[in-house]
Order: sequence, then structure tokens, then C-alpha cells
Amino acid sequence: MRFMMLYKPGRETDTPPSQEEIARVGRLIEEMARAGVLIATDGLQPSSQGARVQISGGKFTVTDGPFTETKELIAGYAIVQAKSKQEAIELAKRFLAVMGEGQSEIRLMHDTPAFDARSAPEPGKAERRQAPASR
Amino acid sequence: MTATDTHRAIDAVWRIESPRLIAGLARLVRDVGLAEDLAQDALVAALEQWPESGVPNNPGAWLMAVAKRRAIDQLRRRTLLDRKEGELSREIGARLEAAVLDLDASLDDDIGDDLLRLVFTACHPVLSTEARVALTLRLLGGLTTGEIARAFLVPEPTVAQRIVRAKRTLAEARVPYQVPRGAELTVRLASVLEVIYLIFNEGYTATAGDAWMRPALCEDALRLGRVLAELMPREPEVHGLVALMEIQASRLGARIGPSGEPILLLDQDRGRWDQLLIRRGLAALERAEAIGGTLGPYTLQGAIAACHARARTAEETDWARIVALYDGLAELRPSPVVELNRAVAVGMAFGPAAGLELVDGLTSEPSLTNYHLLPSVRGDLLVKLGRFDEAQQEFARAASLTRNGRERALLLERAGQCQRRSEPLQRG
Repeated sequence: MRFMMLYKPGRETDTPPSQEEIARVGRLIEEMARAGVLIATDGLQPSSQGARVQISGGKFTVTDGPFTETKELIAGYAIVQAKSKQEAIELAKRFLAVMGEGQSEIRLMHDTPAFDARSAPEPGKAERRQAPASR
Repeated sequence: MTATDTHRAIDAVWRIESPRLIAGLARLVRDVGLAEDLAQDALVAALEQWPESGVPNNPGAWLMAVAKRRAIDQLRRRTLLDRKEGELSREIGARLEAAVLDLDASLDDDIGDDLLRLVFTACHPVLSTEARVALTLRLLGGLTTGEIARAFLVPEPTVAQRIVRAKRTLAEARVPYQVPRGAELTVRLASVLEVIYLIFNEGYTATAGDAWMRPALCEDALRLGRVLAELMPREPEVHGLVALMEIQASRLGARIGPSGEPILLLDQDRGRWDQLLIRRGLAALERAEAIGGTLGPYTLQGAIAACHARARTAEETDWARIVALYDGLAELRPSPVVELNRAVAVGMAFGPAAGLELVDGLTSEPSLTNYHLLPSVRGDLLVKLGRFDEAQQEFARAASLTRNGRERALLLERAGQCQRRSEPLQRG
């Protein structure tokens, strides 16, 4: 299963992270990559660099950042591969322990294991293993 | 947190922590089986205590501390038995404590080395392939015996017994807990890669059971491969295997139709390929190629998979390059199946006549006598050459050889199409 973890620090600051903070997060990312669980991750710049695009009643509205409701602002994301939601929760705890503040929203992604339940019965699938133009 | 929540949390912590835990303990006690027992003891302690006390902030350190205390007890007892004096001198006790403190200090630095030692021990050639697979999933994948049994559709006691025996074999053979060096490393690494790819393939094309594939096993194998790639960044074939698995896994969602029927690579909806995994696969391939030297079999297969992944449509596939890569693979790992794959690529790159010539050269190959894909590939090439009569016979023969009902239906349908197309010609 793949989960997306959205990190919401609960506040927004324009102060760039210190070298020490960067190093700490870097170590954590390295550790998660070494554990084979981290698929992708990145941090997001302050909302002042972004915009919100909305559609309502067929009309677009574009609002430039910064956004005021800082509680819900996303500051980074990670996509992890885990065996269960619980494992993703444990991974999120490790991340938050390093960040020291904020929350991580964990969402199950729509990825292939959803097909696990589908079946294509019949025996004799062993031959497919080395099918030409492999699947 | 309810007790059930805590138990789930303990399961998750176990999956994350157990490989490092076992790997570190095995260095201390020099016995993988004993190391796992000690780690299990710590888990039992957690199961007893955490529902009351809550999950500690650093659960891995907690488990390690408990396991190490038990390890010291074990070592003391063992030293007692060894010495037979019936008395443990203070000196030895002190030395043990020092060793454990040492372990404390070095554990974080050396955890990578310990994990590698564990990988090579679990995939040791003294064990049967089945035992290697079970032990690897158990010790490094953090899977329970029940999970392994379900994944391979064998009874749980069978897996349990396999693991017990494997551990005993390792102990009896006095397999040293170390990473092999030099020429031995190449051979032993091949065994490790084989085990990981075997797990992946079992998930990718399940050999038994109702499901045609079991993506969970693919994920387990990918995780092991990614871990190994970080542990051995200078081994090109590790990255080659990871590239192959990432790219193959990117197609998991596209290779099965709405009613569960398999969809061939060239017929797949490429919009459903997982671009994230493709990017990771291509990056792994670059790492493998950047190391230099002759490309190994996994890197070559990864490169072939990459040719398909890079093509936005089936028509854009660089078949000439695929042929060249199969040439390399045939040289390294000659086999009739590789030759057949190469013939398909040649047929796509240089026309059906060239492909057919190669396939005709394989028809006397004993190992392909009952291989349904040989007549199926031949039929395909004959259709492209407009020789529908012969093609019909080939598809009918392929249909009689396959044991897969869906595939048989498809092949019979193709045979029928050939018949309809050949009749007007005969009448005219």
C-alpha cells in the first residue's frame, strides 16, 4: 500500500530552516530511504509563493498567497510504501518527532494493490513468467 | 489507545524495527536463530507492557534495550556452560558488559553492515531456495510466518518448519555472520538478487491460487531491493534489479482487464502505467549504468523494460535497441526463452520474415517442445506475412498447449480469425 503523508506545521514562517534543521530532516529522509519505505518526498515553499485557483458556478477565481488560515497549510509531503496504515502512522511519528511540531495527515493512495482482490483464475500461469515481450 | 490499537502499533513497530534488531543482535550472539528468539522475547515483553504503559516514544530503542539484556543473560549462561567450571568469573562478566556497551556505541554506525550480514546469511547457499525465500521475508521483510504462508499458499506449519530448519542448518554449518569479499561476493550476491527477484516474480505472476498476481509480494521484493541498493550502492546489478522491478511494478495496474483477463504489454493502456515508479526505475538504471563495466543480466533486463517504459505508444518502442540488449543478454545467459524473446524483438525491428527465421531455428529446441508461446509467436509472425493457413495451425497448437483457460480462448479466437481470412483466398 502506498500512503501520502501531508505535513502541516500549524504555522507559517518566512524564516528559512536552519542548517541544523535541514541536516536533521536530511538524516531522517536518508534513514527512511535506506529502510526502503520512502518513495518520494519534497518540501513546499511558503504560501506567499503560491496561489489558489477555484472554480464555482463555472467561474474561476485566483487568489495569490500568502494564505491566512495557517493551520491547514501544507509544508511538505512524503509518499511511503507500508504494509498497513499502522505502519504509516509509526513512520509519521518518526517524522513528527524530528519536526517537533505540527501534524501529519495520512492518506491511502489509489494504487495497484487495489487489484489484489481481482482474480484471473486458471492454473498453468507459470508459463507466463517468461513470456516474450514480457508483461 | 485501545488494546487492539496498541497491538496493531506493536505489529507495525515490529515490521519497521525487527530487521535492524535481529541484525544487531546476531552480531552480538553470532547466531541468527538465537538473535531472532531474543528479538521475539523483546516483542513479547512489549506485548505485555505497552498496552499498560503506552507505546514508548522510541520503540526501537526500547526493544533493543530489552533484547540486549536478554542477550547478556544468554551469553552468561552460554559462557558458563562452555567453561564447565560452574562459575562465571567477574572478569568475563565485565568483558561482556563492555562488549554490549561497545555494541551500543557502534550500533547506529554499523547498522548497515549488520543488515548486509543478515541479508547474506539469510540467502546463504547452504540453504535451499525455498528456505532462503522464507528466511529473507521473515528476517528482513518483517513478515510473520502466517503472512509468508498466505503469500505462497502453503500451510503455515510448513513455513514455520522451513524457517526452523533453515536456522538449524545455518547454526550447524557454522555459517559465519559476515559479508563475503572478493570473488565470493559476486557469487553470493547473485544468490541474494535471485531470492529477491523470485519473491517479486511470485507476486508478479503468481504460480498458484486464484489471483493472477499478488502485488503485496512485489512490494515486499521492491522494499528489499531498495534497501539493498542503499546498502551496496556500488554494485551495478543491485540497481539493475531495482530498475527491473520498479519498471515492471509500474505496469501492475495496466496488465489486467476488467474481468481479470491478462493484458499483453503492447495492448496495455500506457496512461495507467505508474509514472512515479517508472521515474524511480529509470533513475536506478542510470545508477547501474553509471558505475560502468559490462552490463549484467539484471541491468540488461532493466534496460529492456526501460525501452518499453520510455515509449509513449507501443509504436514508438525502440525495437532495434531491444534487439541489441537481447543480444547482450543471450551472450551472458544463453537460453531458448531469451532467444525466443529476441526473435520477437527482431520481428518487430526488422520485419516478420527476419523474426520467423529465428523462430524456425528454435522449433527443434527440446526445452520448448511443449512451450505454448513458441507456436503462438510463430503464428503471430505468420499472420503478419499473410500466411493465414499456417498461422491457424500454430494458434490451434498453442491453444492445445496452454493450461490457462483465458489464454486458450484467446488463441482459439485468433485461430478462427485466420481461418476466416484464409478461406476467401482459397476460393479465389
